[in-house]
Amino acid sequence: MSELTLFLIRLAYLAILWIFVLSAISVIRSDMFGARVPAAAREGGRRGATPKAPKTGRQPSKRRGAPTHVLVTEGANAGERAELDQAPILIGRGSDAAIRLDDDYVSTRHARIAASGDQWFVEDLGSTNGTYIGTARITQPTTITPGTQVRIGKTILELRK
Amino acid sequence: MAPEVAGSYPSPQAVGNAPGPGFIGFVHRRRRGAELFLLVLALAVGVGGYAAVGLGVDQEVPADLVGYGGWLAALVVLAHVVVRFFAPYADPVLLPIVAALNGLGLAVIHRLDLAYEAAGKSQHDFAQQQLTWMTLGVVLFVLTIALLRDHRVLQRFTYTSGLGALALLLLPMLPGIGNTVNGARIWINVGPFSFQPGEVAKVLLVVMFAGYLVLHRDALALAGRRVLFIDLPRGRDLGPILAMWAVSLSILVVQRDLGSSLLFFGLFLVMLYVATERPGWLIVGGLMFFGGAGFLYWFSATTGRLSHIQNRVNIWLDPMAYYDKSPGSGQLVESMFGMSWGGLIGRGFGEGQPDRVPYAESDFIVGAIGEELGLTAVMAVILLYGLIVERALRAALISRDGFGKLVATGLAAVLALQVFVVIGGVTRLIPLTGLTTPFLSYGGSSLVANWVIIALLLRISDQARRPVPDLSGNDDSDGFGDDATQVVKLST
Repeated sequence: MSELTLFLIRLAYLAILWIFVLSAISVIRSDMFGARVPAAAREGGRRGATPKAPKTGRQPSKRRGAPTHVLVTEGANAGERAELDQAPILIGRGSDAAIRLDDDYVSTRHARIAASGDQWFVEDLGSTNGTYIGTARITQPTTITPGTQVRIGKTILELRK
Repeated sequence: MAPEVAGSYPSPQAVGNAPGPGFIGFVHRRRRGAELFLLVLALAVGVGGYAAVGLGVDQEVPADLVGYGGWLAALVVLAHVVVRFFAPYADPVLLPIVAALNGLGLAVIHRLDLAYEAAGKSQHDFAQQQLTWMTLGVVLFVLTIALLRDHRVLQRFTYTSGLGALALLLLPMLPGIGNTVNGARIWINVGPFSFQPGEVAKVLLVVMFAGYLVLHRDALALAGRRVLFIDLPRGRDLGPILAMWAVSLSILVVQRDLGSSLLFFGLFLVMLYVATERPGWLIVGGLMFFGGAGFLYWFSATTGRLSHIQNRVNIWLDPMAYYDKSPGSGQLVESMFGMSWGGLIGRGFGEGQPDRVPYAESDFIVGAIGEELGLTAVMAVILLYGLIVERALRAALISRDGFGKLVATGLAAVLALQVFVVIGGVTRLIPLTGLTTPFLSYGGSSLVANWVIIALLLRISDQARRPVPDLSGNDDSDGFGDDATQVVKLST
């Protein structure tokens, strides 16, 4: 067999090898962001969940001075925030939490911030290490106002305007 | 405040409430079609390699190409179908990469068989045996995927697998079945088969480390005293696993298996670091490693005992000086000659002389690839290993339970360290220690164990990528205890 044929076979084989490598990389690339769930399907899923929002379900009316979001002020996830118009807001380590904390002292579903009338409440969801306002561990839904520091594990959150 | 230990790890079933507000609509797709596409390409790598070997060496397409290709395709399709049925959300890239590496390895081993035959050396049928071992590996892969439906079951066997690993490591020391090959007593012979139990032991050790660390990691990270910038954990937390590790390491040192000792040492450090999130472990471990290695070198240089360690280091520092000595560097130097002769695109199958390197089919297979396919192919191979490790770490990142995270990380570390130790040794980056190149090298025990590793990784990634069951209407925390919540028993 001629030298040239062997050379072409060698090049062809190296090409196959690299086509495989690059295809694998392109599959990984397309896999990186997963697939977005269609918005309609997501809405459907949420509709089943929101009416169970505690006590009321009605959001506080938008008026001046009302808090707009929850902000993590201290801890590993400091700076993370969640908008209050998506209340109730679940806080925890689980992947379904609106504010997901990477804190070993936080339970999977640790606490919830929800609205009642014009007021905002924080409610502990039976967490292992408790939810604190100041130094007091809360045992029932407790009113919070902008600036009240809610401590969960090593993390502190507060309502912000 | 006592750290919460068990019970705080979210399990996918227990999390089960509707995607809450702020939940990003993000699910993984199954991607089985992409896997099939990549598998076809992987088969092209394997069968194409076999054909190219025939064309290059015998100037004709091998007569048994159809039978060989058919067998390889059957194995790959079997694995794919089983993944499709039992792990539909598993990572789509791992299986094709492994199939491609295994196919490439088979082609190169076949090439070496032909080379040994042409050189008039002893007749071998390594490729045929390797194909048999690959079949066994795929069968075990299929069984693992089909029978192990939830990797968290393994957590119950934490201590059992630790004991099993010790027993396997000790097996070669038994007088009846143990066998010494090239100074390392790591083989057992049962009838016509020889087996390296250490390869299986590494999988069991990963399970054992993961099961132990996931229960004790908070205590390891938080309880204890601070000595010289390092938080030392309490003895009762660290003791058991440290003892386990020390015993397995000393067994390997007694058996003179340097590569595996390095592998286990690194594996333990990586898992401890990942579990406790303390970078201090890496520093301590690195110091211990370099201190220990330096001491051993000094010890063997001054007393003349353990001469194989001193020998390895000397060869690494100056291979040419030991080229024709008796415990010399002929193997390493020949392999380096081969790689440099191969250059960028290699000599081509049949044009090189890879048979000049002793054990080219096992430890030095990367050298043989470098000689006949060149740097281009070696880079592709290293990249493929990188992709395997990346996918394994990705599975660990998105896994929802701590045990799965640690097992996936440990398995990724095993593969990464093994590739680093062996390719680093062949390319003279580090002193040479014998280890097999995963999936490429001739060696049944290693191949079978690595197929099982891939099965475990696919199982973990399947669990991790599977969408969280949507249980709308269970928004409240009292959702536990209904049918959708499944209690997973763990050995606490």
